[in-house]
Amino acid sequence: MCIAVPMKLLKIDGDTGSAELGGIVKEVSLSLLDEVKVGDYVLIHAGFAIQKLDEKEALDTISLLNELGGND
Amino acid sequence: MKYIDEFRNKEASLWFAGKVKKISENRDITLMEVCGTHTMAIYRYGIKKMLPANIRLLSGPGCPVCVTPDNYIDKAIELSSKEDVIITTFGDMMHVPGTESSLDRQKANGSDIQVVYSIIDALKIAEKNINKKVIFLGVGFETTVPTIASAILQAKKMNLKNFFVISANKLIPPAMEVLVKGEKVNIDGFICPAHVSTIIGAVPYRFLSEKYHIPCVIAGFEPTDILQAIYLIVKQIAENRSEVEIQYTRAVKNEGNKKALSIIDNVFEDCDTEWRGIGEIKKSGLKIIDEFKNFDAEYLFTFEYKPVKKNLGCICGNVLQGINTPDECKLFRKVCTPESPVGPCMVSSEGTCAAYYKYT
Ligand code: SF4
Repeated sequence: MCIAVPMKLLKIDGDTGSAELGGIVKEVSLSLLDEVKVGDYVLIHAGFAIQKLDEKEALDTISLLNELGGND
Repeated sequence: MKYIDEFRNKEASLWFAGKVKKISENRDITLMEVCGTHTMAIYRYGIKKMLPANIRLLSGPGCPVCVTPDNYIDKAIELSSKEDVIITTFGDMMHVPGTESSLDRQKANGSDIQVVYSIIDALKIAEKNINKKVIFLGVGFETTVPTIASAILQAKKMNLKNFFVISANKLIPPAMEVLVKGEKVNIDGFICPAHVSTIIGAVPYRFLSEKYHIPCVIAGFEPTDILQAIYLIVKQIAENRSEVEIQYTRAVKNEGNKKALSIIDNVFEDCDTEWRGIGEIKKSGLKIIDEFKNFDAEYLFTFEYKPVKKNLGCICGNVLQGINTPDECKLFRKVCTPESPVGPCMVSSEGTCAAYYKYT
């Protein structure tokens, strides 16, 4: 029940916004986050953005995995 | 999907599994994944099969539906039979058997019960049905709790007089301590929940590594995340360290989500609460503070006391603590199936019995 998926923020309107994943756009609440901007990836759980995805950290992990997996 | 597929890297997963085999040197190591979403992923991606035989993974109590006690479900059922009530809930709660009925059965018999994806939908239902009392079943851990707190604040702002929450919300770290202090299972390391930790951060697990010397690693939910986290735990054990580390760095900060934490604090306070199979755990629950008691269904309604009938043979309580695996339950697969579940561990899409049923 604690599933959350990374979605891209397309629009911000006060405490709500719309976010997209695989072509599907959903209205989401941004009330739990400070300082988000359009284009950010946010983790969406039960209609709320619960955390901003740290893209630098994500890319660091991905490049480590690619190195270990020999995909680089 | 961006930022998902990249963490399903088979080669890197195999690399971590190989490393685990090497550095664990055949030592028997028992790790617990606390969270039900991890349990599901571990079964779905065959992670146990990738690991050497000396690494044992136990499932823990981290499925909110599974640990919700019967008397809460009975209360929800009682509320649902009132004329002027609409029950709103996450889908998993629908099939959990209470003492005499389930929400599914209540709905079939005419109760107004609506499954929602978000508590925001419950607010909208309340706005549209001002002559009805709309009650949301607040069942969740730290991931979900801030969404409920935020909705209560919003209901106040909207001046909604017909929106209520009945809280069975729970906190994960106190339950982890109970498992560690108990004698029933021996845990050498914790795979800590991903999204609970996006809210609470790493600090609340520190007592486990400092006082009980158990390595803890906060892991993402994709298969490579989980294998990397297992590698980091086994590495700590091999190096005789016990710390709280974050593998899921793309989403978890040491301090968590401060805004969400302060919203929780504004609406809820700690209370002792009962966990199915484990019993009462001190300060492991959340109740709505006095200031918002007009949104608290426990405050507004009185409930009949019904003694809880035990499910003969269901060993969910032990499964939730890692003492037994589902196949050790006499009812598993014979009497208890996802179509006709006896206990909540089979009902919930993240229950250990459901995972075991589906993937073994
Ligand atoms: S298999 Fe069914 S009856 Fe047995 S422990 Fe699991 S949920 Fe309970």
